Amino acid sequence: MDSLTILIVKRLAFGLLTLFVISVLILLGVEMLPGDLAQALLGQQATQESLAAIRLELGLDQPLHVRYFDWLGNILQWDLGTSLANRREVADLIGTRLANTLFLASNAAIIAVPLSIFLGMLAALYRDSLFDKIISMTTLMTISVPEFLVAYILIVFLSVEFSIFPSMADWSSNAGFWERLYAVFLPVMTLVLVVVAHMMRLTRAAIINVLTRPYIETAQLKGMKRSWVIMYHALPNALAPIINVVVINLAYLVVGVVVVEVVFVYPGLGQLMVDSVSKRDLPVVQASGLIFASTYVMLNLTADILSIIANPRLRHPM
Amino acid sequence: MSRLLTMRNLVIEGFQEEQWGDIVLGVDVHVDRGEVLGLIGESGAGKSTIGIASMGFCRPGCRIVSGSIRFGDIELTSASDRELRKIRGLRVSYVAQSAAASFNPAHRLIRQYAEAPVKHGIMSRAEAEKDARELYRRFDLPNPDTIGNRYPHQVSGGQLQRAMVAMAMACKPDLVVFDEPTTALDVTTQIEVLAAIKGAIKDLNSAAIYISHDLAVVSQVADRIMVLRHGKLVEEGGTREMLANPEQDYTRALLSVRKGRAEKIEHPDRSKSLLEVSEVTAAYGDGVLVLQDINLKLTRGKTVAVVGESGSGKSTLARVITGLLPPIKGNIVFDGKELPARFSDRSKEMLRHLQLIYQMPDVSLNPHQKIHEILGRPLEFYFGMRGEEKRKRVADLMEHIELPERYINRFPSELSGGEKQRVCIARALAAEPDMIICDEVTSALDQLVAEDILKLLQRLQNQLSVSYLFITHDLATVKAISDEIVVMLQGRVVEHGSRDEILTPPHHEYTELLLASVPEMDPDWLDNLLDTRVGALLREGPASEHAGKS
Repeated sequence: MDSLTILIVKRLAFGLLTLFVISVLILLGVEMLPGDLAQALLGQQATQESLAAIRLELGLDQPLHVRYFDWLGNILQWDLGTSLANRREVADLIGTRLANTLFLASNAAIIAVPLSIFLGMLAALYRDSLFDKIISMTTLMTISVPEFLVAYILIVFLSVEFSIFPSMADWSSNAGFWERLYAVFLPVMTLVLVVVAHMMRLTRAAIINVLTRPYIETAQLKGMKRSWVIMYHALPNALAPIINVVVINLAYLVVGVVVVEVVFVYPGLGQLMVDSVSKRDLPVVQASGLIFASTYVMLNLTADILSIIANPRLRHPM
Repeated sequence: MSRLLTMRNLVIEGFQEEQWGDIVLGVDVHVDRGEVLGLIGESGAGKSTIGIASMGFCRPGCRIVSGSIRFGDIELTSASDRELRKIRGLRVSYVAQSAAASFNPAHRLIRQYAEAPVKHGIMSRAEAEKDARELYRRFDLPNPDTIGNRYPHQVSGGQLQRAMVAMAMACKPDLVVFDEPTTALDVTTQIEVLAAIKGAIKDLNSAAIYISHDLAVVSQVADRIMVLRHGKLVEEGGTREMLANPEQDYTRALLSVRKGRAEKIEHPDRSKSLLEVSEVTAAYGDGVLVLQDINLKLTRGKTVAVVGESGSGKSTLARVITGLLPPIKGNIVFDGKELPARFSDRSKEMLRHLQLIYQMPDVSLNPHQKIHEILGRPLEFYFGMRGEEKRKRVADLMEHIELPERYINRFPSELSGGEKQRVCIARALAAEPDMIICDEVTSALDQLVAEDILKLLQRLQNQLSVSYLFITHDLATVKAISDEIVVMLQGRVVEHGSRDEILTPPHHEYTELLLASVPEMDPDWLDNLLDTRVGALLREGPASEHAGKS
């Protein structure tokens, strides 16, 4: 087996271990919260008898480890179980929510990743110029302002003041692609503003770091234009750090968007998870948690593989 | 011949330690068409800066203050970026010291070759690549038709350097600047690259500026030589005249380099065996044997030189002896006692008796410690010295290495390369060792400085009876200091004997190759050598490229 295959197998094994540990942590976390599903369903006035009846019906009377291993056994057979709160299949429940989250994340990514790499290259090309300084200042600002504030500022200007875009990112079930795109415009903008800064600054730093290498001087002494030197000679050698920062931000776009979803009342997976935690609906929380965790594991693995592929020394060994 | 390049009263400054300092101080340079100018001098002489200025280029942190640089009919100091780009790569090209660092690791060799001709619009990519393959063949590169498809890390140092020379020739330039193109290479590889350079200049009839600190190398290619020191011209003249009749003392000193031999005092009592390495075989993690069945003996107060090219395993031998790399088999006896394989299993006393000096004084001294801290540390560690006693001993050590005592309050960055290496020697001496392993201790230094270091080492040996295991690729150093010589090739000892035995014929075939490859102060040396040497020996001989750890 070549080293890449070994790496992938190893990482997948570690990934599975990670997922297992996370499922235990989620279990303990939800269990540590005061109250349980029965109380959440019946409210404050419920009698002891009705609570006990519901618990018996939902299997909540079983000890913790028994419930966990039942769940684990189902998971290993690709069965996410049913929601305790409304008896629907967790898979159905999560399916549309996940699709919504990915729709939001991918739109933000399609804009943010090329934009930030392009801006990063420009900033490196015109280092210390006015353009570079303006871009540095702007991105510093968007990094420093919390994302919900960015979201509210956008709502105030583009939704309330000028009514160009809706502040509620929701749509009817028969809405077409463009309608949906229009609906998520503000949340996408918010996410783009938040992630572009980070990626752009790192791209700039990675390229400037490479610009001190002797082969850059070689290219300059061949009479190559500065823009060509940066694109053809510097960028390919700066890919590894750029790939890593892009992947971290992609993971954030999937996993870290709860706040943005809440602000725009967007029916994404993050919001579902928050709701389910407040209802103590363990199977749904577990499933969403595992999806988020696997996103991280898979994206990080992708980053490592891409870094290897981007490095000619590793791609073409002696 | 018509004038190609004229620099007048050139002044270049560099920004160092928070202020602008002079690098080049009013130098006049001219190169005619088809002429090869040699620039020679020690580090800091400004020769590289002048070379690169001929392309109208200044490294970051440098600036051209005044003077004029005319290339053809263009004044480069006032030319626009666009005009400069039209000259660079097309009419003047540059060959750097380290091709390994100067090739872009992300692109194939032939792509990088074709970049300049294609981007300057003088050839299509197919034409450029066809030219490239021809040049690769001309320079004796293996598999010339396919080697261009490799990435820089996939070919050896000497091959890469030749590929770089080929790349500089891509646009058939009027002038090529060679900046120490063979300095980082082994002697046998150096010849191949020198031959390629000489052939390339001749084929194209282009002019060249050849920069080196090694007068013997420069005299093989240059028609005319300029000797530079501290940014000023020392002497200028035709190669043959200068070698025959140097006018300045400094030039004479450069000429007499490599001839010196430090004076040795023979002590009859120094016959006791100190170090015995028997049947040592070692490998790094990948299981490839780097050392095979090495036997070596070192007598008290003597110097054994271990000679070999990169990949011969000579530095690995030092790692095994110091316990950094436990051998697979074999043992090491020091002063009658067998040494544990790992340094961590050795007693403090054992460690004290065996010290090491490295090639790069810049990296082996802690930049945040003053000299007295650096020298005081082993005194505390091995002898528990404190206060006045330690201060006295540090002063004593400074005297040994011939540095003024006031230097003890300086940081390493405030010393020159040679002074730093002296401090490294003092640090090793502080432990009062029986033996010091010197790993290429002079190869990062200028030749004149290196000679002084060798003399110092010899004087210390005469005084203190310390033994040296002297690891080097440079036969001139070996001649100067060794009592015995061990020649290594690909992890094995090929020849072993007293200095005079090894250096007088008949030699082992490989020793012969090494000896013959050391450039001599004779402008015809390379031509004669290439004439007499059977081409096959160069290509298939033991010096042929091999990768490995040195």
